[in-house]
Amino acid sequence: MATITTEAVQQTVTDALVSFGAEPSEIAMDTELTALDIDSLDLAEMSQIVDDEYGVSLKSTDVTTIKTVGDIIELIVSKA
Amino acid sequence: MRDVVITGVGAVTPLGVGARTLHERWTAGVCGIVDGEAACSGYEATDHFSRKEARRLDRFTQLALVAADEAVAEAGWGDGLPVAPDRAGSIVGTGIGGIWTLLDNYKSLLEGGQVGPLAVPLMMGNAGAAAVSMKHQLEGPSFGVMSACAAGSNAIGVALRAIQHGEADVVITGGSEAALHPLTRAAFGALDALSDLGVSRPFDARRDGFVMGEGAGMLVLEAGDVARARGARILGTLAGYGATSDAHHLTAPRSDGARAAAAITIALGDAGYSSDAIDYINAHGTSTPLNDAAETTAIKQALGDHAHKIPISSTKSAIGHLLGAAGAVEAVATVLALRDRVAPPTLGHEQPGEGLDLDYVPGKARAMQVPDGRPARAISTSFGFGGHNAVLAMEAT
Repeated sequence: MATITTEAVQQTVTDALVSFGAEPSEIAMDTELTALDIDSLDLAEMSQIVDDEYGVSLKSTDVTTIKTVGDIIELIVSKA
Repeated sequence: MRDVVITGVGAVTPLGVGARTLHERWTAGVCGIVDGEAACSGYEATDHFSRKEARRLDRFTQLALVAADEAVAEAGWGDGLPVAPDRAGSIVGTGIGGIWTLLDNYKSLLEGGQVGPLAVPLMMGNAGAAAVSMKHQLEGPSFGVMSACAAGSNAIGVALRAIQHGEADVVITGGSEAALHPLTRAAFGALDALSDLGVSRPFDARRDGFVMGEGAGMLVLEAGDVARARGARILGTLAGYGATSDAHHLTAPRSDGARAAAAITIALGDAGYSSDAIDYINAHGTSTPLNDAAETTAIKQALGDHAHKIPISSTKSAIGHLLGAAGAVEAVATVLALRDRVAPPTLGHEQPGEGLDLDYVPGKARAMQVPDGRPARAISTSFGFGGHNAVLAMEAT
């Protein structure tokens, strides 16, 4: 399992968002997920990836509060 | 009862993307079967969908959406729906649904990987209807129809009823299939349903099974009053629908064709056509020994002497068997054939099978003989494993 650093998580999240179809150039910490057309199904996939990579379990109730790319990273790091 | 008209058609088939492409190539005698299978090799997802969209749509849903887009554009809905959203629906048939999604996820599971959250929404058989509804903001009835190889025709028939009975004023309807997968191949092979030679030659003495294909066909159906009020170009009228069941066997048709004949008779009665007042039949014509014999019997039973006087051809000779999309693609082909008053050919038909003595339009397209004073009329027949019989009756405008 990967070591959890903010940088590593940032990379994982960015890669995941790009794999979901987001434009890499539009991804920044303060980008709102709606602007990237990321929805609940993408976040469910994100949860699987994060669980796989870091053993961090995100509940669907956790992700409802997420608004920006930075929020996801913060949440993952805080649960590590 | 309100009349129901066809204002747009669309198709993605092994002959290419587009309903006219299908009509023109089939009429010209082009066959889309390659190495015993009929894939939509001219279709590229990236021509139609963003990466994000494509990964959320199983191939069968992609094909449905592309065909629906073409039909909607032809119907002139470019500026939006011609009715309130809650008066518009989508009813789409499929034989199998998102089998690639299902099997890819199962493979992942067996290999210790993930089954993703997209598995269910992509593989569900109603995904085509749902995607069309979301894309075009249709808030009336939308659902999938499953009746194996009759699904496309059943879907269109149900859409006809939905408009006639006032549940909706416009419906995007048809069928879609993308099941060219080793499992499907093996499964139909186990039933001895596929052609060993990889040749589709309906009604021919040498026919030895069907050739599997993929694709989608979609129609825009509108209440006649709605279409006329907005000055739409009307391609034809969907005049009648008949559905029956063999209640006989899981895969074999009834050899006496009685319930298939009944579906034809019901469709003609529903349309108000007498049995000697149709000019063409787009047959189910799978190229299996059993279907083509039972279908010929059914046509003779329903039409009597008139069965010998009209051209009957099978789209499957050019594009293989599109399973749950077949009836819809064939309805699209029938509308365009009626408009041109041309009976496209049954390709590969050279030696009539025993007892198969109707006019199957061997080899080359031919002009339809239409009596003066009425539009060209046809029926399109579809029969599915499980004994589902569905027949559509239509006329050109």
